[in-house]
Amino acid sequence: MSALIVREKLAILSDAAKYDASCASSGSAKKDSLKSGGIGSTEGMGICHSYAPDGRCISLLKILLTNFCIYDCSYCINRSSSNVKRARFSIDEVVKLTMDFYRRNYIEGLFLSSGVIRSPDETMGEMVEVARRLRLEEKFSGYIHLKTIPESSAELVEKAGLYADRLSINVELPTDEGVKKLAPEKKPETIRLSMARLRQKMEEKAEPTLRTKKRERFAPGGQSTQMIVGADKTSDDGILHTSARLYGSYHLRRVYYSAFSPIPDSSSSLPLQKPPLMREHRLYQADWLMRFYGFSQPEILAGSSDGMLDLAIDPKLAWALRNRGQFPVDVNRADREALLRVPGLGTKVVAKILETRRHRRLRLEDVGRICQSIAKLRPFIIAEGWSPGTLTDKPGLRDKIVRSCEQLSLF
Amino acid sequence: MRPAELNLVRYSVRLESETDFSGWRDAARRLALNEIKPEDISWHVAADSDRRPSDLPTVPAGAQLAVPRDFIARAETAFCHSDPSRFAFLYRLLWRLRSEPKLLAIASDPDTRRLEAMEKAVRRDSHKMHAFVRFRKIGEGNDERYVAWFEPDHFIVERNADFFVRRFTGMRWTILTPYASADWDGERLAIGPGAAKGDAPDQDDTEALWRTYFENIFNPARLKVKAMQKEMPKKYWRNLPEASLIPDLIAGADKAAKEMIARMPTTPAPHHAKVQAKHWPRREPTQSPNDDDAGSISELREAAKGCRRCPLWRDATQTVFGEGPDNAKVIFVGEQPGDQEDLAGKPFVGPAGKVFDAILDDAGVDRQKVYVTNAVKHFKFEPRGKRRIHSKPNAGEVQACRWWIDREFALIKPELAVALGATAALSLLGKAIPVTKMRGQVIEREDGLRVFITIHPSFILRIQEPAEKEAERERFLQDMREVKRLMAA
Repeated sequence: MSALIVREKLAILSDAAKYDASCASSGSAKKDSLKSGGIGSTEGMGICHSYAPDGRCISLLKILLTNFCIYDCSYCINRSSSNVKRARFSIDEVVKLTMDFYRRNYIEGLFLSSGVIRSPDETMGEMVEVARRLRLEEKFSGYIHLKTIPESSAELVEKAGLYADRLSINVELPTDEGVKKLAPEKKPETIRLSMARLRQKMEEKAEPTLRTKKRERFAPGGQSTQMIVGADKTSDDGILHTSARLYGSYHLRRVYYSAFSPIPDSSSSLPLQKPPLMREHRLYQADWLMRFYGFSQPEILAGSSDGMLDLAIDPKLAWALRNRGQFPVDVNRADREALLRVPGLGTKVVAKILETRRHRRLRLEDVGRICQSIAKLRPFIIAEGWSPGTLTDKPGLRDKIVRSCEQLSLF
Repeated sequence: MRPAELNLVRYSVRLESETDFSGWRDAARRLALNEIKPEDISWHVAADSDRRPSDLPTVPAGAQLAVPRDFIARAETAFCHSDPSRFAFLYRLLWRLRSEPKLLAIASDPDTRRLEAMEKAVRRDSHKMHAFVRFRKIGEGNDERYVAWFEPDHFIVERNADFFVRRFTGMRWTILTPYASADWDGERLAIGPGAAKGDAPDQDDTEALWRTYFENIFNPARLKVKAMQKEMPKKYWRNLPEASLIPDLIAGADKAAKEMIARMPTTPAPHHAKVQAKHWPRREPTQSPNDDDAGSISELREAAKGCRRCPLWRDATQTVFGEGPDNAKVIFVGEQPGDQEDLAGKPFVGPAGKVFDAILDDAGVDRQKVYVTNAVKHFKFEPRGKRRIHSKPNAGEVQACRWWIDREFALIKPELAVALGATAALSLLGKAIPVTKMRGQVIEREDGLRVFITIHPSFILRIQEPAEKEAERERFLQDMREVKRLMAA
């Protein structure tokens, strides 16, 4: 097979994968190649080896095994009715590409997804074979993420877990109705069951075995999923409800939100507009509030009129403005939970405030030094020699903060 | 050189190299233990200085220098920073630590902040080195080697060489930088002198493939140049083979995105009809079998899979239907499936189910011969982080699910029903019953079915005090013995 042909396939099959938001290579168990004498390591924290002009990091070789697909999901460029060019990698080609890229330090590993050809088991079987060869024949210790095919057999998924760092199954859309409408052949019930089975398998394998007392390696990076935002009418509150359910029910490491992006040769049932990137960004921020800041899902948007996140300000600030009765918070006395709810205070800054105040009382300037900017913070905290007075309850507060933060915005 | 420095500085310390931390540490220790103030010391690196180093004072007998445990590790990181004043700065920190041992915990102190900023810069530079080193292959077969040129901001090669050894153990590689190089021959790591960009190979055939990937993984509809540059500043671009593509990708993005949006939907691909006919022959939504037609428990179970009689199905994984022989003499009715039951799709497999099984066994009731089911067949819960907190089904949900319970009873025709807890009692009797008060009693329904009232086994699980727990287990065991007696009667 000539190099040119591989290059053409790579163009088609990476183009086909670019709508997938998930790419992280973090959260797996530590491993390296010192013992095996092979190639590759994962050290917990993922490494982004490059960045595309869309601002997204490139950490993995993210490709499809094939973009032939028997499904006809209207939001997907690879759906069977699409006129896109089709290609199919051989197992050897994927293994070689991964190793060639990894040896040159272009990537952290492989993110392999696929269209479904003929049968789910056949496709899944090939994906597992790629991972098996990388691990056993190439002695590859880098990161492998496999996107499992929901209808494939339990044995194949179990094999996949032996070789992969992370497994994922896309829920596709935030509601079952959305899936039924836009992905008529996909079954939300099956997707749920696959996630449930994966969680069970991970918990089962986390138990030490009776004989060796060792824990078997099984997808140490856990499972993740992705949903498309803005292709149907679900509100942000509804989307976050689905995420909270997924985190609670299947112990997902991450839920990825993917702003629906117009695709060439698109189905007429979908919004032909620029992807709602700011909405996607706010959803990620709200997701963090649930995972790291002790917010329960319903309270994030409680009291908002339309169940949508404010696009101009971050969700924590929006929450604080709706719940001003809980402020100001005294940085010298409040507990960690209360400090984490102050707009502008992140988990690291809160840890530093707690440590520092064991030794001295904090003034507003001290807080400013610890967290760089206090524009957002000032109305919500009490510090030594500082009280916001009536500032916390001022009617124009939101607009004032929006103006002072505008220049810092990334977009 | 300023005259003040000439006159006042008493000690001139010469370090072997920019990364000679142990030299600094030894000198700093001697000087601090001899009470030499920071302003009385000047620090130099051998290569940059022809100044004669002072003889350093010896450590006074028995003198001890105590520093917080993490200071050494943190100073070692900051030491790799390229700031020439770092040697003096770190000595000043050491000096202050003697009288302010908590200094490093005070995040608002300017010196602590500076230390943190330096560590952060070094860590970031290391991270970028892990990310942006690009090896180029030279030679083939036994001569195969990988060589990279990298320009770090700080003195981080020694610090990060091990990372590359752990990652590329099975490869022979060299990383060249302006101030040092690291070389791994497959067995041994060697740190050598700096090099020039021209010493590294200038191309690699695989780069064309990498550039193809970079071009195609980019989605022009999502252009976010600032976000890209924040993480991949331009200073790195000149050594990244893919970076030369960036300006054209940015320039063409708007047009490409507009084209994507503007392109009208076309007719389906030629093979589409064939795929549809082959894989999805029935396009019409399949009618779920009429619930009323179920003539056996297995048909009923099948029908219940798609139950939408109340909204609980939305958040649950699946319907958890009853289980057991379809000619069972007794049906045990619980409240609702829990976390484990929801995943497994079977009733009574979680912690409460295990307690239940063990007690049934003690009572001599054969679990294989009884039918177990729940008043409500979907799990109702509140997600809290990674846990699902069970929440009690309301009367409407119990009422909706009676449709299934009634059919289970109609098909199995048991002699006895056991209501495990208040929700089960509500479902079976149609009204709220004070369970603790009526426990152990048998209530006969209008249709003649006898209903035995007891608690739900999860009640036993929730008791913390061991003696009380044991007593409650014993009471439940008595209840089950009574059930066995009633079954025999």
